[in-house]
Amino acid sequence: MEFEILGNKDTRSGFGEGLAELGRTNENVVALCADLIGSLKMDAFKNENPDRFFQTGIAEANMIGMAAGMTIGGKIPFTGTFANFSTGRVYDQIRQSVAYSQKNVKICASHAGLTLGEDGATHQILEDIGMMKMLPNITVVVPADFNQTKQATIAIADHNGPVYLRFGRPVMPIFVKPDAKFVIGKGDVLQEGTDVTIIACGHLVWKSIEAIQILEAQGVSVELINMHTIKPLDVQAILKSVGKTGCVVTAEEHMANGGLGDSVAQVLAQHMPSPQEYVAVNDSFGESGTPMELMTKYGIDTQNVVDAALKAISRKK
Amino acid sequence: METKELQRISSQVRRDIVRMVAGVNSGHPGGSLGCADFLTMLYFDTMKHSTEFTMDGKGEDLFFLSNGHISPVWYSVLARAGYFPVADLGTFRKLSSKLQGHPSTDKKLPGIRMASGSLGQGLSVAIGAARVKKMNNDDRIVYCLHGDGELQEGQIWEAAMYAAAYKVDNLIATIDYNGRQIDGDVEDVLSLGDLAGKWAAFGWQVLEMNGHDFDAMKATMEKAHSLCGNGKPVVIIMKTEMGQGVDFMVGSHKWHGVAPNPEQLANALGQLEETLGDY
Repeated sequence: MEFEILGNKDTRSGFGEGLAELGRTNENVVALCADLIGSLKMDAFKNENPDRFFQTGIAEANMIGMAAGMTIGGKIPFTGTFANFSTGRVYDQIRQSVAYSQKNVKICASHAGLTLGEDGATHQILEDIGMMKMLPNITVVVPADFNQTKQATIAIADHNGPVYLRFGRPVMPIFVKPDAKFVIGKGDVLQEGTDVTIIACGHLVWKSIEAIQILEAQGVSVELINMHTIKPLDVQAILKSVGKTGCVVTAEEHMANGGLGDSVAQVLAQHMPSPQEYVAVNDSFGESGTPMELMTKYGIDTQNVVDAALKAISRKK
Repeated sequence: METKELQRISSQVRRDIVRMVAGVNSGHPGGSLGCADFLTMLYFDTMKHSTEFTMDGKGEDLFFLSNGHISPVWYSVLARAGYFPVADLGTFRKLSSKLQGHPSTDKKLPGIRMASGSLGQGLSVAIGAARVKKMNNDDRIVYCLHGDGELQEGQIWEAAMYAAAYKVDNLIATIDYNGRQIDGDVEDVLSLGDLAGKWAAFGWQVLEMNGHDFDAMKATMEKAHSLCGNGKPVVIIMKTEMGQGVDFMVGSHKWHGVAPNPEQLANALGQLEETLGDY
């Protein structure tokens, strides 16, 4: 199957456009940023809504606490910083003041994973999906491309409750239609197939699309699900697809420990034990390099998805 | 409210505190007793608030307890003010109770807007709520209370810097300056140094008061109000005694988080007049 490339952009710019759109359509949306306005593409919102934009300085704990407080009185705060500083640095603030307190805060995290690139391992968080999905009450969204990140940004404003929205830095192909409807908790079946199911999120959705071209040339029929919502997980879509294909590959720019793959494995272990292969980082920090070099070195590239698919198929009885 | 009446309420609040803590043999009586007068003052004299609780609290003064471990005093004052039946105080820390060990929102206890317990987070929350009050053209004040040991948390100083830099001047923070924390005297564990000087250097207007003298507190709260709206946040360093009102508890960090046994409870209750009827 052919996937049309609609352009090339970074997902963080999708966030920036979505936030700007919310600024024009929802007067309750406010935004906070810890000294990374340009990196998060929050300039448009800031410039158009100076009274609803809050620069907190390099003080992420205070930013999360303030955002939680700002829900009291009816605002919908969107916080913006790198994924590392959006989660690990402020885990306890999110846990107590946002998740446990059930506050309507949207934690928007850019530069997630290895594709942050040259800054290296200090900034390349690969544990954030796991940390966030373990917190009760939080919805975890990892959109696949520019268009979907924009759509997800707009959609989470209408969802009453804490959300973790994860996106990234590199320019990647756009393949989600600009008018697609984003439904939290409902995976998108991008292609139907019969031999293997690939369940991917974030940048690995595009890598999986590339892998499909190679697999189809070898006569393999692939079903691809863009699982943009890690929590709540679309259990029905997983069971329906794996029930048909009999095996699964999960693909994500995250540790194998605690990511999308583990969530899928939990579902399958309980309902439909099936061969599963992980495309994810194997218990390792990253390092400096270009985004694409890092994806290759750490085993989350197109060829890794191909290899995992063939292996999963070979394990079917 | 008349000082005499406030004193009657705070005596009952102290009874509630020691009975609640003794009832489950756990909880934090020391700081709770130390802040009984202040919270009585806030809820029965200082704040404009409604016991018809709404999360948003529009048009009301808001209060955030950042040092959540002194939940017994807050629960007692909320119940005595009419937020929920005083009989509920008997469920403190028991399974399925709305009165969790530390304040929480998930069981919907009226009066609580934010979970607290993990220290250092409440000033940021109060700042956020204060900024929204201004956005909503709501001229009421946001209050928050912090332990002195809590000021060892770094987030407090992130928030302190922010509030001054962005002129959050509808905020009155109070520090329970009792000089004690779990491991001993604050001075020995990690000295706060020149506390008033630190807040002043961060750009706050600093007041000091005796947290057991209602007349002094009234005057200080009025002064604090008069300082709101002029571009700077206000902090009150409130001198208290941990365990105030019970002679064998007063002034010692040993009663920070220990419940009295039945004999000690009887001794404590003998020192605190039952003014409003025990729950």
